[in-house]
Amino acid sequence: MLIGHYNYWVVVALMMLGFYIIIAHGNLIKKLVGLTIFQTSVFIFYISVAKVDGGSAPILADGITQYSNPLPHVLILTAIVVGIATTALGLAIIVRINEAYDSIEEEFIQQQDNLS
Amino acid sequence: MVGVVVAIIWMKDLIAVVMLLGIYGLLTASFFMAMDAVDVAFTEASVGAGISTLLLLVAIAKTKRKEHPSRHKPLLALLVVVITGGLLIYGTYDMPIFGMADAPAHTHVAQRYIEDSYDEIGIPNIVTSVLSSYRGFDTFGEVVVIFTAGLGIIGLLSTVNGTGTRKKLPTINDSIEDQHIVLRIVGKILIPFILLFALYVQFHGEYGPGGGFQAGVIFGAGIILYAMLFGMDIARRVISQSLIQLIAAFGVLLYGAVGVVSFLNGGTFLDYNVLLENPVAGQHLGILLIELGVGMTVASVIIIIFFNFAGRKGPQQISDDLGA
Repeated sequence: MLIGHYNYWVVVALMMLGFYIIIAHGNLIKKLVGLTIFQTSVFIFYISVAKVDGGSAPILADGITQYSNPLPHVLILTAIVVGIATTALGLAIIVRINEAYDSIEEEFIQQQDNLS
Repeated sequence: MVGVVVAIIWMKDLIAVVMLLGIYGLLTASFFMAMDAVDVAFTEASVGAGISTLLLLVAIAKTKRKEHPSRHKPLLALLVVVITGGLLIYGTYDMPIFGMADAPAHTHVAQRYIEDSYDEIGIPNIVTSVLSSYRGFDTFGEVVVIFTAGLGIIGLLSTVNGTGTRKKLPTINDSIEDQHIVLRIVGKILIPFILLFALYVQFHGEYGPGGGFQAGVIFGAGIILYAMLFGMDIARRVISQSLIQLIAAFGVLLYGAVGVVSFLNGGTFLDYNVLLENPVAGQHLGILLIELGVGMTVASVIIIIFFNFAGRKGPQQISDDLGA
């Protein structure tokens, strides 16, 4: 019973590590890395929900009766590509912040804002 | 995987962090493979381990390499994280057991996709038929999101300011371009095959793992490799910026147009049954067209993103750092 939930524990562990990076680090690129890890943990959650014991990849073939659930695969497939597009947008904003403030550390940006 | 992430937290050198993130992406892809999600593993391997690592590296080259030691108190953050994690773990006890065939997720609409999709759509890859036919509307939305992200990056980073004084920008690739003849020749041999493979993935997505999203990413990666090996200036001459923007918009339009045509033929939006006399053949045509639209948009948006990042002027000392 207990061991049957280990996939969720891995997801929670990864999610919390990503969350920790987001809130505890001041570097904007590091924050984005944390966000990516958080995002990936959600992907892993969906894919592990889709897994069926003894199931095969959801490509129809003769002699296979048990397939994994294709619906979460579809959702995550598109989510990954959308994720990279939004991450790139975040990086673009960081590059512009660096040009404006000459820093990608939260504290320094805050200081400069307070001074002006 | 957890170990790699813990290492990411301690690292201060951002380049090492990004490399670890690449390893993490590859591990995630292998995990997806073990979970029978071949299409997803394919996407994650090309996106997580390839493109995102590359983009982060380019962004670091344009900003700073070292992380400043933080003066935040990590204890409070740790407390929040532990409490949230504990609550989430407590929540998992209500979740179905891993791999159970009669979990709620498998008992609703998924069963119908597995049983009927071959008769209705006529292609063996269920993921592709759900992606582009049953849930074509969602996918359309996602393509629009990707296109919008591309637009946003053009707006934020576009180097064409109308000043007309565009010098040769110092890019991170200049030194690679001059020195590594082996890399260039191997690249020259590999790039045609990468592009060919992308096309194979694009048009074979109905039968095996693959489809527009993966093909777009691989195609974009091939072009980016070209730009890195031969320098931005040559790559810009090969692929004109305005043409690639046109292709990105055309991909979205193609997708939308298929939907509108099915409107005009008396069906609902993105109902491919009415495209041709035979509903299954209509589905084939519809899926082929919209996958083409997806592939075009994704590939060109990725190229746009890379060109805009790499064309941006970064601090000189960091570009020297990378080149050395």
